Amino acid sequence: MTDSHSEFSSDVDSHADAPTIDPDLIDDAIDYYTPGEPIVDAKAPTGPIDQRWSTRKFEARLVNPSNRRKLDVIIVGTGLAGASAAATLGEAGYNVKSFCYQDSPRRAHSIAAQGGINAAKNYKEDGDSVHRLFYDTVKGGDYRSRESNVYRLAEVSTNIIDQCVAQGVPFAREYGGLLDNRSFGGVQVSRTFYARGQTGQQLLIGAYQALERQVAAGTVTTYTRHEMLEVIVAEDEAGQSRARGIIVRDMVTGEIETHLADVVVLASGGYGNVFYLSTNAMGCNVTAAWRAHRKGAYMANPCYTQIHPTCIPVSGPHQSKLTLMSESLRNDGRIWVPKNKADCAKDPREIPEEDRDYYLERIYPSFGNLVPRDIASRAAKYQCDDGRGVGPEVEGVRRGVYLDFADAIGRLGRDAVEEKYGNLFDMYARITGEDPYETPMRIYPAVHYVMGGLWVDYDLQSSIPGLFVTGEANFSDHGANRLGASALMQGLADGYFVLPHTIRDYLADGPFEKLEESHPAVVEAKAAVEERINHFLTVGGTRSVDSYHRELGHIMWEYCGMERTEDGLKKAIDLIRTLKDDFYRNVKVLGTADSLNQSLEKAGRVADFIELGELMCIDALNRRESCGGHFRAESQTEDGEALRHDDAFAYVAAWEFVADGEKPILHKEDLTYTAIEMKQRSYK
Amino acid sequence: MSAPDGTKTGMKLTLNIWRQPDATSPGKMHTYQVEDVSEDMSFLEMLDVLNEQLNAAGEDPVAFDSDCREGICGMCGLMINGQAHGPVTTTTCQLHMRSFKDGETITIEPWRADAFPVLKDLVVDRGAFDRIIQQGGYISVNTGSAPEAHSVQVPKEDADRAFDMATCIGCGACVAACPNGSASLFMGAKITHLGQLPQGQAERDKRVVNMVAQHDHEGFGGCTNIGECTSACPKEIPLDVISQLNKDLRTAMKHGR
Amino acid sequence: MAVTGLVFIGYVLLHMYGNLKVFAGQEAFDEYAHHLRTFGEPMLPHEGLLWIIRAVLLLSIIGHAYAAFTLWGRANRARTQKYVVKKAVAATLSSKMMRWGGVTLLLFVIFHLLHFTTRTINVNGDKDSPYERVVSSFQPEMWWVTVIYLLAMGALAMHLRHGVWSACQTLGLTNNAKSRARANFAGVFLAVVIAGGFALVPLSILLGIVD
Repeated sequence: MTDSHSEFSSDVDSHADAPTIDPDLIDDAIDYYTPGEPIVDAKAPTGPIDQRWSTRKFEARLVNPSNRRKLDVIIVGTGLAGASAAATLGEAGYNVKSFCYQDSPRRAHSIAAQGGINAAKNYKEDGDSVHRLFYDTVKGGDYRSRESNVYRLAEVSTNIIDQCVAQGVPFAREYGGLLDNRSFGGVQVSRTFYARGQTGQQLLIGAYQALERQVAAGTVTTYTRHEMLEVIVAEDEAGQSRARGIIVRDMVTGEIETHLADVVVLASGGYGNVFYLSTNAMGCNVTAAWRAHRKGAYMANPCYTQIHPTCIPVSGPHQSKLTLMSESLRNDGRIWVPKNKADCAKDPREIPEEDRDYYLERIYPSFGNLVPRDIASRAAKYQCDDGRGVGPEVEGVRRGVYLDFADAIGRLGRDAVEEKYGNLFDMYARITGEDPYETPMRIYPAVHYVMGGLWVDYDLQSSIPGLFVTGEANFSDHGANRLGASALMQGLADGYFVLPHTIRDYLADGPFEKLEESHPAVVEAKAAVEERINHFLTVGGTRSVDSYHRELGHIMWEYCGMERTEDGLKKAIDLIRTLKDDFYRNVKVLGTADSLNQSLEKAGRVADFIELGELMCIDALNRRESCGGHFRAESQTEDGEALRHDDAFAYVAAWEFVADGEKPILHKEDLTYTAIEMKQRSYK
Repeated sequence: MSAPDGTKTGMKLTLNIWRQPDATSPGKMHTYQVEDVSEDMSFLEMLDVLNEQLNAAGEDPVAFDSDCREGICGMCGLMINGQAHGPVTTTTCQLHMRSFKDGETITIEPWRADAFPVLKDLVVDRGAFDRIIQQGGYISVNTGSAPEAHSVQVPKEDADRAFDMATCIGCGACVAACPNGSASLFMGAKITHLGQLPQGQAERDKRVVNMVAQHDHEGFGGCTNIGECTSACPKEIPLDVISQLNKDLRTAMKHGR
Repeated sequence: MAVTGLVFIGYVLLHMYGNLKVFAGQEAFDEYAHHLRTFGEPMLPHEGLLWIIRAVLLLSIIGHAYAAFTLWGRANRARTQKYVVKKAVAATLSSKMMRWGGVTLLLFVIFHLLHFTTRTINVNGDKDSPYERVVSSFQPEMWWVTVIYLLAMGALAMHLRHGVWSACQTLGLTNNAKSRARANFAGVFLAVVIAGGFALVPLSILLGIVD
């Protein structure tokens, strides 16, 4: 799903146009949470930014090779972040158990990433460097990420490419036989490595093969069709709480299994499916992360969501997922809607030029159709809310705008357009049954990535000792917005090159005291899982799980989507609480616990999405500023651009779960930048 | 379809679906009716509608696999009217109901191969594919030990061919379509992908010998070069790869493997 | 399978060449038949070459049939639960006929040996000249013999059409689109030439072109 992020901003000193505000006066969420102690990342070394990672690698303690096979590592998820970590830790000699809900590790949703992977190789000698990739990523993230982490990401990016090439990943090459790069996301350097439109697939297959190699070597055991439903947190003799294992459900037999280990790694991906419709896979869920959150892991910046403007619109109430099309389409396509609402149902080709509103070109004359993702997305929403959307009416509203290639075809010729966009046009035709060469495409924004996730320190360790979080499941590297081609980079950086170094410092204290299955923490966790399953199966209600999920999605999309307001978010919180209540009393899950039961699987996931949705709204309510993927209508410039408030909100919002029905605690981690200056983006 | 007043009406379909409660119980075909199927639905969304209907009626929904629903993860796969992934060269999730007619009867079965045992209804276990990959479908390179990426040049033609063969999504349609129940296309794609690259040469002989041995051990049938696999393949992997597999196997035998 | 198949192709090409000697007249045909028996003398004993060929063919047929039945068995075990509906999309008629067609050919070969080699099935009285034995076998009044041979040649053509292509695949000669097209063409070409060449003799006799 990675794709370009248009970055045309000029830099303006942020303090120049951001009015000074008193954070106490604008905390819309104060009734919804309890303020907690601030937190700091205690693991990142100080000193020059370019030496922090080598310092940390040196300071992190080593584990004797002969001790490694006595150390058990659980890794949940087999996407780029999980498979790469499992393979690497297996190679190092640890005893790894790898879990995924799919039927094979190769199916994790990293596979669907299209665009490419960034790396500061500077093969084009165009001025790229680790520092520039670092700078672009922090800036792209709207100064809401932790600079030490981002610098490290840029630093190890080059190793990723070496590793993948050696594994046989067939990256695109030039005729001379060297690797090809393209410029991506409007950045001025060509640093994106790609394998046609299937980079994620090729990288994941590489990691998957490395993982399977370790399975054959006996260092990794895979558990497919196993879903993690609880994390086991137990105190050691010294009274220190540690993550010591997980409870999983064998999705074929229904058996509830306990797996114990010295350390647990969550690489369980993002939670975009809280919106029901997203470009995520059907099975993507927040359960692993949410269960950990409920056991004490902080959830950071959950409201940061990336919405992509060029997806294929919803065709009807049956819609189960959305499909992304490359944003490159906006280079040649012109976006418009009819000026007259009466024309919305007409054949677009019959609408004369003077009755079309090329609204992006009208509102943003200098950037036109190439305005950044969030602006393009919001503008489309405004047109449709205004009743000028096109395409089929879904629940009374037409949600789509035209992306018209008639001009491009007239100017460049059909062949040239086909050469550039043929694959995308074919995909569009297959899904919609319409020929985009003849009639304008219809597009609408969709959720496709979440920047928020479990809070981790520099070592990628969560607030539960012994629970590490990698990839999209953590919050660490993208701030409030992720640059195109950076998701793959982060997943592989975490799994291949970061976690294997940081986890050894934790494991150097192991092996930990053996935990018995009769330990109260294990018994409690297992009982909780069984009770939950039993509850779903015995409610005997009337509504299907999907109907709740769809309703949650509507609430989230409407009030916590592209544009968020204080009133809307408060309304959403009420609606979600009502929905949650109804869900537990009226859901209908058929079948049994001891068999393959897809409704039961979904019920657990939707239950967690509902709770997450509420926290996302609270987080969005708290952040009365607009930054990256988070747009608060209350915080915009006169021109409708996002307005950041660095003086009040330059922090990571890390939320601590207290208990059902109780307010979460907000811990703030202040973001300080030593190697980069904060700037406000501007598109004028 | 349009009703006389211009509003769209849905299709009415009869579905013959294989129902099997679990891996050990016998299964049989069941007939269901679905109405109001929009031609814009994907095939799996049509099954979602059926399942909502069954759930409302208190019947166990039909279990089927799907995940990305955009044709790349390889999780979905149904035998639709006797064709793997149905009548269009794509995955089941990318097949849309406009490929069917109002009033049609559609027969839906799981992939049939003893190496892919049915777990429930239309869900099968394709773990055999993972075990074949474990026997050599990789290049042995530990993390961190890789040389600089530009230290080896790969001719563009080789890189492109390797890519074409690496597009296999491991869905199992080749096995499902093969009259012999062979997984040669799947294996050949991986062997050709890795064998086409300089990085893959060191383990080339061992790879093909071990993967073929595992393939046979899993109980897949032998290839008789009929070509059903390649026409069912949503990624259009060509039959070339099976010939390449045979060639590599011959070379390995010459080398005394 | 491929290697033994190629042995058969080599053999039937030679066999066909011999058969076509019919058109050169009785003397040439009989002399050719006689020469086959004395070929290589005195290095080889009488009929030595024939026995060598027969031995090679026998081994090949055992190998070919063994491989075929093994594949057949594996295919059956690989899918014990059949599809309710299964469409063949790419399969050619000849590829679908390989197994039963192969069995048919095996039965024909037995008939053919009983007919011309051991002369156990004697349809036309005892004759010393091989030429006369051939010509008298395919006379219109014994039309059914001709029918059997023509049907067998049909089966042979089908078997060759898929077999040649398949052998090329198995030998790893067809790892690109061009060579695959060539292998397919070779299959059709050899099928037409060999089956056609064989069929020419009984047809010509039936129509009185050769008498």
